[in-house]
This record gives sequence, structure tokens and C-alpha cells, in this order.
Amino acid sequence: MLPHDPLSRVLYIDLTKKSFKVKDRSDLFEKYIGGAGVGIQLLKEECPKGIDPYDPSNPIVFAVGPLTSLFPLASKTVAMFKSPHTGYLGESHAGGRSAVAIRMAGYGALVIKGSSSRPVYLAIHEDSINFRDASALWGMESNFTVGRIIRENEPAAGMRTIMRIGKAGEKLVSYACVTTESYRHFGRLGLGAVFGSKKLKAVLVSGKRTIPTANKSEYRKLYDELYHTAVESPLMKKYHDLGTAENIEPLNMLGGMPTRNLLTAKFESAKEISGDSIAENYLGRRLACSHCPVGCIHIAALRIPYEDETYFYKTSMISYDYEPIYALGTMLGVSDPKGLLKLMDHVESWALDAMTTGVVLAWATEAFEKGLVSEKDTMGLKLAWGDYNTYIKAAHNIMDQPNDFYAALARGVEHASSIYGGSDFALSFGKNEMAGYHTGPGTHVGHLIGARHSHLDNAGYSVDQKILAKKQLSPEELADALMEEEKWRQILSSLTICFFARGIYTPEVTLRALKLTGFELAKEDLDRIGDEILREKNRFKVREGFSLDNVRIPKRIFETPTPLGQLDEAFIRKAVEHFKKKMLEEVAPEKGGAEKAEA
Amino acid sequence: MTEQKEEKKRTKNVRLRIVDIDRCVGCQNCMFACSRRTGNAGLEKSCIGVRSVGGMERGFVVVVCRACEDPPCAKVCPVDAITVREEGGVRIDLNKCIGCKNCQDACPLGAIFWDKESNKPLVCVYCGYCAQYCPHNVLALEKTEVSTGSTKEASKEEEKEEEKEAAKGVTA
Repeated sequence: MLPHDPLSRVLYIDLTKKSFKVKDRSDLFEKYIGGAGVGIQLLKEECPKGIDPYDPSNPIVFAVGPLTSLFPLASKTVAMFKSPHTGYLGESHAGGRSAVAIRMAGYGALVIKGSSSRPVYLAIHEDSINFRDASALWGMESNFTVGRIIRENEPAAGMRTIMRIGKAGEKLVSYACVTTESYRHFGRLGLGAVFGSKKLKAVLVSGKRTIPTANKSEYRKLYDELYHTAVESPLMKKYHDLGTAENIEPLNMLGGMPTRNLLTAKFESAKEISGDSIAENYLGRRLACSHCPVGCIHIAALRIPYEDETYFYKTSMISYDYEPIYALGTMLGVSDPKGLLKLMDHVESWALDAMTTGVVLAWATEAFEKGLVSEKDTMGLKLAWGDYNTYIKAAHNIMDQPNDFYAALARGVEHASSIYGGSDFALSFGKNEMAGYHTGPGTHVGHLIGARHSHLDNAGYSVDQKILAKKQLSPEELADALMEEEKWRQILSSLTICFFARGIYTPEVTLRALKLTGFELAKEDLDRIGDEILREKNRFKVREGFSLDNVRIPKRIFETPTPLGQLDEAFIRKAVEHFKKKMLEEVAPEKGGAEKAEA
Repeated sequence: MTEQKEEKKRTKNVRLRIVDIDRCVGCQNCMFACSRRTGNAGLEKSCIGVRSVGGMERGFVVVVCRACEDPPCAKVCPVDAITVREEGGVRIDLNKCIGCKNCQDACPLGAIFWDKESNKPLVCVYCGYCAQYCPHNVLALEKTEVSTGSTKEASKEEEKEEEKEAAKGVTA
């Protein structure tokens, strides 16, 4: 790291005492770079062993990396916390303006601990740290409105991030997300609920400054290389043109598109809700994260007429991507794009994780069909594939939790099925609901062994399509391939480079960029650091009681064929076993972590 | 006097133009480019600003000096640090500048930025570097002949041609 780079400054905030301090943590940044690498260390230090995720001592860590604000596409912030959804590692990445704002405010990481007795939001304008009353914002129906009010109350337009929760976070839905800049999310593992448990409605961060580089002309040269690759290379074209939604049709054609709670892997109406179709009929605006020339964010403009007055319309701007189309579309059999966009809009306004909400509603629909839950449980809602109006009401109930059934759904399918039955078709892995891929064994093994049980950990779906479609791998080889990918992704997410840019940031380019920020590293160092970060994450999980012994694999994935054929349970279990030996047994139980946790 | 007039007609008016704000995706690459002109990373030295209109769903605003013919910023400088450039826009003599922020207050566009590291104003120098990093052709560097009297019509045609040229430059 270069002298005078503010990266090593970590801002510690105590919401109970409404106090803060800044510490220099060059020790961590020099060893683990930033982002995920530094994040897991701060989590390990700050999170006492075995706590309830809603305990005030559960820390919220936000970390960025050395390349943020220097190079394009180093545009993500990594959040770390103990997950209320899984009880293990909570890790979530989001873009928007968050990463640039944190770096420009003069920090490499924020650590937020404690709990406020009244709703607050934090306004961090560089070194000015403000606890602002948020009582008037608490309970507000739409998180878009919350964003607008904070926007109007605070300075630094264009130079700030506003990370906030919706009602789902306030009401502790274990998969509530944190929304930033209206359309990006810290999703999946319940960061929104951790915010809610601390009565923290939002965190605003702003700033601007100069960041030093090791060599000005080299810096501009490498910048140009990266920039031109990003705007010209076919590597980014897919994200640029149709966005991630482009994948709907090809994946459906392959027969790897989970449909109606994975009763099939092909959706007959995929064309209607495909990236092409939505772009043609609804695409209203394109957006980018700060310092990203690609601009993958696609916003649909949905015009809805009022029923009680003619010539009156409401136009909603709704962000869509592959995963929400999968979870709230194919998974629920919703073929009407307008209905799908409406459902997305509601889920977004309460800041529920769209993917988990879709999988939960899909499980509930099948459980309802099979008679495991009654109309009394659903409070009169007749859940049925494709009926988006009913799904909007059900999603509202998940947020509001008016009875035991919806309270159970608010904790995910693993929990709900442990009460109502139907675990064979409860599609979660390591308690995290599945992503939109039924492409082969890679995707499911990837979910099972990934540190966050997310498709982004190791991109198992990609191994299925790029490797397994061409040649056979043994279970051990498959697990190794996934682990290798996940190790490299630790480096990318420690630099907080968007995974969409993984093709641009090759190890060679990454090392050159690091050198310009004062990190003199070699390829072997990156391999070693990536391996170590992944192990640290797994150590944290093991410390918190995670185990892969007798791991639950939903039977449904073996019933519905994939593009690579029917899946073999023994094969998947062997791959998981191999990972366990290589990653979990070697690291458990770790002394340092336990000692620190007790201290 | 006549000589001076002749001279003025040949002068190129160089300014940064917002070609189409509706294509702006808010990536802020122009802001980073502006800081990077001098080899600096970050945003402190940027003389261009991008923010949402009021929520990203409604699009963006690009704030940058429009090179006014009669710039208000120059009129309020108590130490005459701001001079009007013949070819359009202003030049700030930072040695004279006392950092009073009058210029910043006077600009209705908010196009005088503030460098808190030096406590001095920052304003666009019309180099066009930012436009080279606009991935969606929102910005272009525009060169036009100073329009005086009878040359007005002719220069409009030239303007159009040069706009096209400038836009081409950006895509490259």
C-alpha cells in the first residue's frame, strides 16, 4: 500500500453509544488486500462466537479495495456479518455508488456495531459522522420514498451512496436486503434484517479526494488498456446489450431453467419474459454503477392505467435482471411480463431479496397444492402458478408476518419445510435458496460448498456449461475446479472488482494494477492469499457450527433432468465429501479465531 | 482595431458540449477522467459532475462550465484572478486566488468546483479528455468559430460539421 492512501483507515461506529473512532489497519490491508479478505478478518475480530445474529454485537462490515476509484469496474462493496438467514457467514456484494463513496470518504472499511434504541440513519460525510433520527422514516411503505427523503435532506448529490432497508428489514425477514441507489442490493443473506435489528434505517456515505498512485504515466497507460478492453471487448457485450436477462432464452432452450419450483427445467412461456422481449417492450433506461463503463443495469418502464379514472397512468421504473426473472417469473410460472414486473416492483419496495422470495413462494405454492398447508395458513390466498396478483399479496404477508405460516416463510424454505413438511422440494442449499440454474451437478455442488451457498461463489453453472458439457469430470475433479474458481474470486472480491469483469482482470493485469497502488505481489502470492481468504471464511463458518455432515440435498434436483442428464446423488455427495476433506477438516477447529472470539 | 477583429474571427471557440443527456447512464467515467488528466486518481480534481435528476430512475444531470460569453464568475472575483478567455470560458490564476468562493456562489450552474485539498476553485479547461471516456457519446468537445456579424450563418454550417467530427472523435 502507498503512504497517504486512506485505504487502511477503518471507521468503527457504535450505534448503542452513538460514538465512533478511526483506526489504522494497514496490518490487515497489507496482508489481505481489501474487500472480502479484510472483511472476513474484521468479522472474525468483531463478531463474538455463537451470538444470535440479531445480537447488538453482530458487526456489519463494509469493505472496499485498493483499486476502487482508481480503475474501472472495481466498483463493488463487500458486506460481512453473521447471517440471520443461515446462521453462518453473511457476505454480500453490491455496486451502485457504494464502493466509490466509501473510498472517496477516506475509508477502506466501516464496522458498525451496537444497536440504537430509536431508529437512526448514519450520515458519513468524510470525517463528519452524524447519527440522524429516522423515526419518521421507520415503517414507511416504500424504500424508494425513504431514499428520496434522505436524498433531499443531505448534501453531496452525485458523490454519495444511500444504503437503506425497507419494511422487510425492519420486520426481520431473514432474507431482507439492503438497497443502494434504488436498484442495487446487498442481497441473499439478510443484511437488511441485521440493519433492522439495530434500528438502523440507512447509511449514507459521501466524499471526494485524491488517491495517490505509484507512477502517474503508468497509471494512465494501464487505465486506458483496461478501459478500452471494457468498452470494446466481446467479454462485456452481453452485460452491455441485453444485460443478464439475455440468459433466459438460451438457458431455457438447454433445459436448465428452473420452472415451477423445479417441477420442470423448461418454461413454455420463456420467450415472453426473456431479455429480448422485455427490452423491446419495456426497457426505459440504462444505468451504471460508479466507475463502470459497461452499464448493465436495465430499467423497465411499466405504464399502468388507473381503473377509477380514465387517462390517468402510473409509470413505474423497475430494475430487472436474470435472477429476479427466474425467481419471480419462471419459478412461479408467471408468463405475463407486466405481472412479473409488478411483482418485482412490490418485492423491491419492501426490500425483500427477490431470489429467495421467489423460491419461498414456489415452495409455498407446491406445499399448498399438495395440501401441506391450508387456506387457513395462507389466510385465504389460493396460491397458484402464474397468479401474480396473489403472489403480490403473499409477498406482502411475508414482509408483514400476520400469522405463523407467513412468519415461517419469512425465514426461508429450510425453516418453513421443517415445520410444514415438504423438504424434498424445499430448494435451498446450506439454508440459502437456489439460484436460477439447473444446468448439471456443478451448479448444485457449487451451492453446497460455496462459502455463501451462492451461485456467485464459484459459478458452478458455468463449469456445467463450459467444462462438463464437453468432458467428464470425477466428483473430486469437479470439487477442485469449483474450489479453484472460488479462490480466484476471493482475490477479485478483495479488490472489489465486479465479477462481470473477471475476463478483463486477468492475474497479469491485476498484478500490474496492484503494483500501481503499492502492492508488490506475484501470481503465487495471489494464489496463496485467495486460498487463505477462502479458508478463513470456512473457519468462521465452522466456528459458528457449520458442518457438511449429512447435508440436506433437496430430492427434487434428482427428479428433474438437467441438460447433462439425470443427476446422481452419490456423485454429488462424493464431490461434497472431497471439499470437506480439503477445506473443512484441515481448518477446523481453528485456535486463533476461537481465542479472539472469547476475548 | 480592424486587425484585432480579423484576429477574433479566426479564433476557435472551444467548449465542452452535452450532446445528449438522455444517453447518460451515470457511470461518472468523465469525472474520473477529469481527475486523471493530471495523473491523479480519485475525484478531488474533477471539474465535471454527474448526479441524478432526483433519483436515478429519472436520469442524470451533467454539470460542467459552459464557457459563457460574459461569465458571472469573472465579475465577482475581488482579486481579478479570473480572466475571460478570448476563445471562450475562463482561466483562473491560482497564484492570485484567495479562495473566497465568490466565483462558486456566482455560477448558477454550479460549474465552479472546489478543491478542498488546495482550497482553490476548479473549472473546466475545455481539454476534452473526459469526452474520450464517455462510453455513450453524451459529451463532446465542440470547436466553433466565434460568431460575429455576417459570418453567423456560415459558421452555423461549419459548427454542424465540426460537431460531427467531435462526435466521431469520442467514439474512437
